[in-house]
Amino acid sequence: MDLNYLTAHDIKDKIKKKEISCREVTESVFSRIEEVDVSINAYIRLEKDSALKSADRIDKKISKGEDTCDFTGIPVGIKDNICTRDITTTCASKILNNYIPIYDAGVIKRLKSQDYILTGKLNMDEFAMGSSNENSFFGPVSNPWDTERVPGGSSGGPAASVAAGEAICSLGSDTGGSIRQPASLCGVVGFKPTYGLVSRYGLVAFASSLDQIGPFARDMEDCAALLNVICGHDSHDSTSLDAEVPDFKSFLKDEIKGMRIGVPSQLMLEGIDPEVRGAVNSALKMAEDMGAKVEEISIPNLEYALNVYYIIAPSEASSNLSRFDGVRYGFRDSDADTLRNMYKKTRARGFGDEVKRRIMIGTYCLSAGYYDAYYEKALKVRTLIIQDFNDAFSKYDVLISPTSPTTAFKKGEKTDDPLSMYMSDICTIPVNLAGLPAVSIPAGLSNDGLPIGLQVMGNVLREDNVIRAAYALEKAIGFKGIPKI
Amino acid sequence: MRISSDDAKHVAKLAELDFSEDEIKKITLQLDKILEHVARISAVDTEGVKNTSHVMDIKNVFRDDTPADTLSQEDALKNAPLEQDDGFRVPRID
Amino acid sequence: MTGIIKTENNYESTIGLETHLELETATKMFCGCRLSFGEKKNINTCPVCLGHPGSLPVINKKAVEFAIKIALALNCSINERTIFHRKNYFYPDMPKNYQISQYDIPLGVGGYLEINMGDYVRNVGITRVHMEEDAGKLVHTGSTGRISGSGGSIVDYNRAGTPLIEIVTEPDIKTPEEAKEYMTVLRNLLLYLDVSNCSMEEGSLRCDANVSIKPEGSDGLGTKTEIKNLNSFKFLRKGLEYEIKRQKKVLDSGEQVIQETRHFDNNSGTTKALRSKEEAHDYRYFPEPDLVPIIIGKDMVDAIRETIVELPEEKSRRYMEEYGLSSYDAGFLAGDSKIAGYFERCLDCFDDAKAVANWIMGDFSALANKEKIHISDSKVSPESLCRMLKMIAGGRISIKIAKTVFEEMFNDGSDPEEVIKNKGLEQISDSGELEAIIDEVISSNPGPVGQYREGKKKAIGFLIGQVMAKTKGKANPRIVNAIMSKKLR
Repeated sequence: MDLNYLTAHDIKDKIKKKEISCREVTESVFSRIEEVDVSINAYIRLEKDSALKSADRIDKKISKGEDTCDFTGIPVGIKDNICTRDITTTCASKILNNYIPIYDAGVIKRLKSQDYILTGKLNMDEFAMGSSNENSFFGPVSNPWDTERVPGGSSGGPAASVAAGEAICSLGSDTGGSIRQPASLCGVVGFKPTYGLVSRYGLVAFASSLDQIGPFARDMEDCAALLNVICGHDSHDSTSLDAEVPDFKSFLKDEIKGMRIGVPSQLMLEGIDPEVRGAVNSALKMAEDMGAKVEEISIPNLEYALNVYYIIAPSEASSNLSRFDGVRYGFRDSDADTLRNMYKKTRARGFGDEVKRRIMIGTYCLSAGYYDAYYEKALKVRTLIIQDFNDAFSKYDVLISPTSPTTAFKKGEKTDDPLSMYMSDICTIPVNLAGLPAVSIPAGLSNDGLPIGLQVMGNVLREDNVIRAAYALEKAIGFKGIPKI
Repeated sequence: MRISSDDAKHVAKLAELDFSEDEIKKITLQLDKILEHVARISAVDTEGVKNTSHVMDIKNVFRDDTPADTLSQEDALKNAPLEQDDGFRVPRID
Repeated sequence: MTGIIKTENNYESTIGLETHLELETATKMFCGCRLSFGEKKNINTCPVCLGHPGSLPVINKKAVEFAIKIALALNCSINERTIFHRKNYFYPDMPKNYQISQYDIPLGVGGYLEINMGDYVRNVGITRVHMEEDAGKLVHTGSTGRISGSGGSIVDYNRAGTPLIEIVTEPDIKTPEEAKEYMTVLRNLLLYLDVSNCSMEEGSLRCDANVSIKPEGSDGLGTKTEIKNLNSFKFLRKGLEYEIKRQKKVLDSGEQVIQETRHFDNNSGTTKALRSKEEAHDYRYFPEPDLVPIIIGKDMVDAIRETIVELPEEKSRRYMEEYGLSSYDAGFLAGDSKIAGYFERCLDCFDDAKAVANWIMGDFSALANKEKIHISDSKVSPESLCRMLKMIAGGRISIKIAKTVFEEMFNDGSDPEEVIKNKGLEQISDSGELEAIIDEVISSNPGPVGQYREGKKKAIGFLIGQVMAKTKGKANPRIVNAIMSKKLR
């Protein structure tokens, strides 16, 4: 197998045994990028020179017998809404296309402390708003399984790069499903941790109470290892949990006997593709065969999750994106003669349509006369959804559903109808509203040869259950697909 | 219609966004559809329900009053679209 | 009812004041940058106070403690749970185009501040005390330095993020004089709490006013206008006086007062409507998702209450009781924390409080005012002043001589002993020495002596004067008087 398709744990193993070097792995990744990225467009910016330099330095370090961590010398891609000091961070937007952060995000500091190798900055939907990665200033990302189709979004680049062997792992962000849904469409593992486990310092904010950074990997083992690196308290983030972070790898137990699995009926009905439902049901049967108890459960308020999300997220976003005004950084419409004109024209020209749409929705929902009926009301319904989940988790250890109602759809299929695009997130959104941990793992391929994803959700800070269930199912499903691109 | 073109123009003004007449027409329709959909939450009985602004029960997170993390002037101005006299230049305020 | 401005048509005025106070913490409200004092631009900034993408605020604990202290001193109830809100509006001095502030659950509510207007005393209601962050500074290019007529502006974010406390009164203040007194008392109180340097010139204490008038005795309130740029107590009073007169003129001519923001112009002493007629801001307040709630337990409140030293009112009362000072004197000394401190240090080494008080309020203040310095910044230490006062009490110098001595001490920081030694100012109290001089005066002034013996008692004044002249003022007047009276019998 090509080195660029190895998992991080395999690479670490082989390097230890001196079978391969970091340099070789890194070169393999970059030659793959050179081969396919012209069709996939997963990368906005590559850091080849510094990556190879780092690889050499790390190889020397290893040869001297210095200690290494799980991600020492591993080529990892970073979604372009995570600030990397001195390396442009664009959020796939024209308004930040020349922005060079003067600080590193909390997660980057943690990866650097392990001496990881940065492959480059990954493409995404502009400001993390989208479900198809068609909203990027740098052009859409293609699904490696079928380049006519979308990889999902907003972390299309992170998902596609790992699927196509253009990175060993990557980091994305998830606000309403932006890690899990693209993971599902691209046939890789994508994990959204409990809200507050991973620092948001340096993550360009979309919806502050929903955003979380999380890993993309080819298997649960790598995923757990990457969680170990990025989780942990950050004093720069007031919403960061001060809880002790477990060793997530310790939850990789290949057994789920007696585990109680709930299947929310609201997420298995309308609009779910029959093949998707079929794959999930197969997996659930495997779970039963392994001794887990599987039951359908009704979570009534889930019906409103999409509505609540599409009020809260745009509202917070409309405020978070106010800072993009051409004054201190980023793109500025320099022809404008007055301040107000500069603001309006900079933002009109600098933001894409979806971003503007969400800013408009959010501004409306927060505005005088509408705040109570929209924003305030949404916050209350959110409480009900959280209560519903609490009730569900008092009876079940995990909840399982499809990650996405469909497999990868064709580019352009939903771009004219924002609402239909929003529906892609119907299974993933509820999780963010409650701050729950959830993962998407590949559950098989459709008849068209497109990946189907299965989502495992756990209660707050119950990554143990999520990882355990996902790992056991991953082993049982035995998905080994690699796109033929 | 939940939202009119005038409403949309007002919202655009609050958000410092500039739209042409055509764009306003288009976005008004899109917003109307979306708002119609999300407004379904009005059907939910939330009598006596508290709102959730923060999902996790964290409180009293502070920092000590000691200096840290300050940038050099160079770094502060590094990304300035237009710099003048060590500051960020903006056009005439109207 | 006292204190109401009466105009021809008998209107009464209502004033509400909004005060912003920059706290003197070491660092900003939500980040670790130092507070600035007018150095080069943009040298105390970081990703947070520059509003960089991905940056997040973290609350400065000391700022919260200071805020609680202020709220307690203003007799507010402290909300056990308080949160921050975002106040959204676009302006270049706002790095995020929203200000992190407080909205419907502020830190302190329902307090009051007592003001003493001389012939009456009353409480001004304090609606709320809350925390927020300051904006940066704009320098407008162009000759006037003001926005109108300038070609552009330059933004400096050194000040952005400085902790700010907002104190809002009820629309409770009735006259410009009351407003001025409120600000004076408030400022002294805040100085006492040692939370800010409270300087209106430097901008660490700012005040905006809301003013309305209504026909005397009517219910409700008239339309209010907001007055900005009142940056001294004098301008506050002038601005309010002008605005009340202006509103009266408007109503008298049958028109309506327009609700607007007006700018006070120092030079003309008038208020002018701000050029751009903006719609009322829709700030779209919502709870700040990047910050978690603050829960303030009783323990924390009690601990902070302990740190509040004796406040002016209390101190003044104590001065009157313990030292027998008059209400005016006690008020003067207690009203300024530094004067009170100086006064109390003097009492550590000299126990005639009235003498100390007189000296501080008299010559000392006069000299200090002339030099435009505070007595505590003068060259005269409390210990040094006490040494001088001991000399007066011990009869070594007269009060008149002491004035000269003090002037030396004030100008050069000299020790009083040195001064009287160098200038030979020690009072002559030796009876022997004085007798000789008195005899001389009596023998060379038979006229006045005779007049005295004939019953014109006032003539002794002239004779004593002669002794003082001969001794260059150094003779102890009491002893001279006693000896002279005896000899003239």
